[in-house]
Amino acid sequence: MITLNINGKEEKLDAPEDMPILWALRDIVHLTGTKFGCGMAQCGACTVHLDGQPIRSCVTPIAAAVGKKITTIEDIQNDKVGQAVQEAWREVDVVQCGYCQSGQIMAATALLTSNKNPTDADIDAAMNGNICRCGTYPRIRAAIHDAANKLA
Amino acid sequence: MTAPLNISRRTFIKTTALVVGGLVIAFNIPQAKRFLLPGAKDTAGTDAGKLPAPNAFLRIGTDNTITVMLAHSEMGQSIWTTLPMLIAEELDADWSKIKVEHAKAAPEYIHTAYGIQITGGSSTTWSEFDRYRQAGALTRALLVAAAAEELGVAADSLKTENGFVISGDKKISYGDLAETAANLETPKTVMLKKPEDWKIIGKATKRLDSPEKINGSAIFGQDVHFDGLKTAMVARSPVFGGTVKSFDAGAAKKIKGVHNVVQVPTGVAVIADNYWSAKQGRDALKVEWDLGVNAGLDSKKMLEEYRSLAAKEGLPAAKAGDTESALSKAAQVVEAEYILPYLAHSPMEPLNCAVKINADGCEIWTGTQMQTTDQQAAAKILGLKPEQVKIHTLFLGGGFGRRANPAADFVSEAVHVAKAAGMPVKTVWSREDDIKGGYYRPMFLHKAKIGLNADGMPDAWEHIEVGQSIMVGTPFEQFMIKDGVDATSVEGVADSAYLKAIPNHHVSLHTVKASIPVLWWRSVGHSHSAFAMESLIDELAHAAGKDPLQYRRALLKDHPRHLAALNLAAEKAGWDKPLAKGIFRGIAVHESFGSYVAHVAEVSVTKGAVKVHRVVCAIDCGLSVNPDSLKAQMESSVSFGLGAALQSEITFGDGMVQQSNFHDYKVMRMADMPKIEVYIVPSTEKMGGVGEPAVPPIAPAVTNAIFAATGKRIRSLPIGDQLA
Repeated sequence: MITLNINGKEEKLDAPEDMPILWALRDIVHLTGTKFGCGMAQCGACTVHLDGQPIRSCVTPIAAAVGKKITTIEDIQNDKVGQAVQEAWREVDVVQCGYCQSGQIMAATALLTSNKNPTDADIDAAMNGNICRCGTYPRIRAAIHDAANKLA
Repeated sequence: MTAPLNISRRTFIKTTALVVGGLVIAFNIPQAKRFLLPGAKDTAGTDAGKLPAPNAFLRIGTDNTITVMLAHSEMGQSIWTTLPMLIAEELDADWSKIKVEHAKAAPEYIHTAYGIQITGGSSTTWSEFDRYRQAGALTRALLVAAAAEELGVAADSLKTENGFVISGDKKISYGDLAETAANLETPKTVMLKKPEDWKIIGKATKRLDSPEKINGSAIFGQDVHFDGLKTAMVARSPVFGGTVKSFDAGAAKKIKGVHNVVQVPTGVAVIADNYWSAKQGRDALKVEWDLGVNAGLDSKKMLEEYRSLAAKEGLPAAKAGDTESALSKAAQVVEAEYILPYLAHSPMEPLNCAVKINADGCEIWTGTQMQTTDQQAAAKILGLKPEQVKIHTLFLGGGFGRRANPAADFVSEAVHVAKAAGMPVKTVWSREDDIKGGYYRPMFLHKAKIGLNADGMPDAWEHIEVGQSIMVGTPFEQFMIKDGVDATSVEGVADSAYLKAIPNHHVSLHTVKASIPVLWWRSVGHSHSAFAMESLIDELAHAAGKDPLQYRRALLKDHPRHLAALNLAAEKAGWDKPLAKGIFRGIAVHESFGSYVAHVAEVSVTKGAVKVHRVVCAIDCGLSVNPDSLKAQMESSVSFGLGAALQSEITFGDGMVQQSNFHDYKVMRMADMPKIEVYIVPSTEKMGGVGEPAVPPIAPAVTNAIFAATGKRIRSLPIGDQLA
């Protein structure tokens, strides 16, 4: 048994230590907001926060999360920055199919937490690992600027 | 006369359609007899035949909620919002009370023009424009009649507003009228609002699916879970058409969480408690394959074969005048070959399908664009009637055509796995399975020889295409292939507006009989034909020493909708104005799916690296029901088409697909995304689609700009490192 702190709750999991956090979240805890997109840290759909840092949960084993705090999309509205990002996402009407957006929002929240007023270049650098096949990139960029303004 | 206004407590429910209390609207809508498909030319949604079918499109709860049933699948294109807008407009509904559900797979929901339940061909909005408005208007008429009965007044003395029927100073909510309305006879005809009275149609409206898609609660096929559901992964042949010779499941079965290993027609399935166990089980599985006839498949050899075919004319697709003779008299001849690769759709949500087989039927949970064929395929495998197969359509994490497969590949496979395993199973594809799994946009070669007259204008156009047919071997073959020519192979060329102005032209097609699974990829044949045509036009303009915009205007002078898009894009881009140093423009215009899109791309090339800075897009699609979702579709299409043009290709070596995941099947990312401006031509012309038509012209707009920047003509995609 491994104990993980997920969204502030202690969860006991009967899972092998090498199981990626993604599958522990999705298949064991049934928090399905975090998405599977590539399985090799190429697309960012699985982005969650580990002690506030954005990580690719599809390649990070649960053993690496023991004693740390995992935050997922389901709990990000309890973060001031996350809430501003979600509001901006809604106001700009960013989403299309929506599948990658949990990861985009987690990545954007991490960006704005460490950089209160990112430039377009900062956004390109921070968000380039998050693929959106619907091409919502211009709206993601606009929404990140909007969220930064809200938080200013 | 007064009547009790609180009627929601009435208990008598007499129609079987009253499933949750309230009113379920059921009525007759004429169905088209014709069977049309994406790309078919006759795309009018209004000249339907007279095959009536009962439909159920909305439900009014006694709590005033209005639930709209979607006959089509939401995959990002925003019909979750657009179709309810049509109903709400006619119903005078309270927009805040609208809820949306995907409809079940049933005959009531078949496409008004295509004859099956399908989402594709950029057709949802125009094909439902009448049906969903009629549903709203009919419901309104019933609610008004119910209120008239309750109040003892004449129906024409009542008005409706924001979810209420109003009589003088009395208001009755739709929810309170729903049960009474359910027992009234449905009117035979209804009046639709005049466009000048529209309050919702034509207004930018925020997406209704946004809240659940930003907090992780939206349920996609991948997210389906219920007690007893296992996860399966299938080991498939590394070469298309290969079969299982033998397999050893010993090591796979030793993995913790693996329950079973079963053979299915597409390979060997490992069934486990979760994805991680299933994947480890599949990694441990030993399968010996008979690779079959495609073991030697090689992209370079294929291209040589395509070139040798293109040396001769193929089956005729369009013909006028005497092209050969006119070419011999031309003042100048331009010859070129354009090559486009196989492409994967690679939607962000890898394919998946959950199946539960019961004693009396089967339930399927998946994101599909084509419920009818999936239902039929599942029924056939299980020996059931189609109506015994219940399909739950979940949100699609992207489709782009991949989830509309006449072969029902991912659904059929999941049914086979569940049947063989004897338990409810969700098959999940890895990204590698997706990239290597086929159903690609087919590779195409276009070869053209064009004669210009002394004024530099084309007099003769010889055009030969080589590629695989999407339609061959599907149930649509009989409608879409005529005299050996698949209409989707030559669309955008054989019916090009340019060729209509050229007195001598000849378009022919060689259909390659390869066994690589192919499918429509966002914009179908236009995804390759526009690149060839708009590059060729640019080549001709330069050969004639003319401005590419003016040259197009001259050739398209009898095509006002092309011109409207072209001129608007050129004007907004400032075509005649100077650009910053090192930045160059390219332009392209193309018609597809009944809409006309022009792009102006601004591009720089630095040390062989292409950067697209800005794209100005203009579209004439007729009426725009939701201008903001239209803009989103333009942005989306530019991203999709540009990513492919810059970097994407599927190639074969030793029979196998050489790409596997997003590191080598490269797609658009944030840093490569240009600024996009979208302009809508004010238009009352016939409605076209918006999901696909902005894809075809983006690649040539960019490569035409590259020519302006470097003098190098890009004649094959992807652009990749061709400028290095």
